[in-house]
Amino acid sequence: MLDALIQGILLGGYYAILAAGLSLMFGVVRFINLAHGDLAIFGAYLVLFAVEVLGLSPWVAVAAVVPVMALLGWVLQATLFARTTRGGFLLPLLTTFGLGAVLQNGMFGLFGSDTRSLGNHIGNLSWASWQLPFGISVGQLPVITFAVAVTVLGTLQLVLSFSKLGRAIRATSSDPEAAELSGIDARAVHRAAAAIAVALAGLAGAFLAMRALINPYAGPAQLIFAFEAVVIGGIGSLWGTLIGGIVLGVAQSFGATISAQGFQLAGHLVFLGVLGVRLYLAHRRNLGGWRSVLRLPIPPPKPVPPLQSATSEGQS
Amino acid sequence: MNTYRVERWTRSGRVTVGAAAAALLMLALLPVLASGLVIDKLTTLFIYVLLAVMWNLLAGYAGLVSVGQQAFFGVGGYLALRLVDAGMAPYLALLVGAAGAGIAAIPISTFALRLRGGEFAIAMWVIAEVLRIVVMFDPLVQGETGTSLLALNALDPELRRNLTYWLGLGSVALMLSATFWLLRSRIGATAQAIRDDEEAAASIGIDVMRIKQIIFVLAAFGCALAGTIWLASAITFLPRTNFGVQWTVFMLFMVLVGGLKTFEGPIVGAVLFFLLQEIFGDFGVWYLTGLGAIAVGFALYLPDGLWGTWRQRTGIDLLSGGFMLRWPLSEANDE
Repeated sequence: MLDALIQGILLGGYYAILAAGLSLMFGVVRFINLAHGDLAIFGAYLVLFAVEVLGLSPWVAVAAVVPVMALLGWVLQATLFARTTRGGFLLPLLTTFGLGAVLQNGMFGLFGSDTRSLGNHIGNLSWASWQLPFGISVGQLPVITFAVAVTVLGTLQLVLSFSKLGRAIRATSSDPEAAELSGIDARAVHRAAAAIAVALAGLAGAFLAMRALINPYAGPAQLIFAFEAVVIGGIGSLWGTLIGGIVLGVAQSFGATISAQGFQLAGHLVFLGVLGVRLYLAHRRNLGGWRSVLRLPIPPPKPVPPLQSATSEGQS
Repeated sequence: MNTYRVERWTRSGRVTVGAAAAALLMLALLPVLASGLVIDKLTTLFIYVLLAVMWNLLAGYAGLVSVGQQAFFGVGGYLALRLVDAGMAPYLALLVGAAGAGIAAIPISTFALRLRGGEFAIAMWVIAEVLRIVVMFDPLVQGETGTSLLALNALDPELRRNLTYWLGLGSVALMLSATFWLLRSRIGATAQAIRDDEEAAASIGIDVMRIKQIIFVLAAFGCALAGTIWLASAITFLPRTNFGVQWTVFMLFMVLVGGLKTFEGPIVGAVLFFLLQEIFGDFGVWYLTGLGAIAVGFALYLPDGLWGTWRQRTGIDLLSGGFMLRWPLSEANDE
């Protein structure tokens, strides 16, 4: 029982790394990247490639892949995402979902369908553990993952709070137009946020591949877990993703003790439960819907787009 | 002289409906002439058309991007299996199972429809996953192994093929008519108002929740029908396939390529997807990669899809959902 609890908490570290990027994108660029999980898996495959083909040591490979993923995020934002976010809320969802399909099948084509793992490249780290008092043992890899998560979130917090980029990101996320009026290039901020988000996805993917087996179609499940962690912890909150990740990890860890399917099911049910309570609270408060319950800034009213279907048909 | 006439049926609209009725009659009689292979292929096409039209109804007209429509596809099939197991006649069970999935959509809608945009999309995905896992707990389904609708094997294969075909054709005819009627009704107009600006729609007294609910349940029923027809033609029920997210990838492709927010677009998209599947399906993953890339390309550069672009260029609209205002003068020119 205690074992499951500790494992669950440590698993939360992995989810926090994965979810922080998703949350950042949602907070700053204002769309949910449905390819986030697939990008994480892509990062993992890049690390595997660097280790198995280029012969780098695993940690060097991770250090090399993270900047590559950041570049990928920058390019994706500059080419794909910026274009779609101009076209309303439908297009980003459709585009990133399509991008996910491209990534999954492309990875299948490039790397094959076999499940892979970094586990056999990191020596005894994948199974080694530390003994604590009272006969508790904790895996070294989960502890390292958790420590990295705390470091990453702490660094991100410092960057957001004190650096120029951080100020620009916060300004853009609360009001893009006002930020632009103050001389901030919102598009550059969006690209920076996407670079950080995709880099974090890649880092999370690398940790996933060390701990577990991955395959090209593992991304969607990771996206769902990341999103669940974000919602449980509270959208837009950096440390909330860690709390959300821990809650999700503990739920899954306990679910797994009941049955193999229970791992996923318990996480989903906790997520739906939290969401249900949130919606109920929002309903009760009846103050501007659930954005206010999640303490999200309420977006400025959108200009009314010209009616398309109804009127253009009228011209025929 | 400033009087004009509101016209709902254009000449092209009347011709199209007539042609559609004639096509329906011909297709209904087709099993007499065509080979079994053709009938099987057309049944698959009907499933695609159903899925595309339902997804467009949801995303294009109500602005609800769901990544979890496979939930209803799978639940419809599962309920049909359960009903057959309880002794119901197979083809009746397919219909009742789909209706059951439509009813199951009602409680789901009260929850999911309170979410917006991407949150709705992923919450639907989670719901589909939960339903898949719960269904896999049922001993009848045997977890990953899945099961088969063996009762259908008792029928003569020829008869079974034709019955499934007619079920597919009937479902397509029913759901297309229902969608067309819905979109021309007040509900269609209000749904589009909600899609374009929910707050504004609510502020002029539209019951946002109720309108979304009607469309959501109808779309769920349509996807469930597609799921039961799929079950009838494939016989096997594999939770990971029937609840697979690939169905939503297909729907996305068909609707984006054909034309989001148009009535005819998804049908065009479904036919195109069907042809691509026939020609390139053997290329496996690279074919699927290409599908995703084409969908992204359409979303970026041709968001109105093939049909929407064609309509803009030519001004030709086969089935209009809108209102035509005709001056007496232009009417005289028209006749």
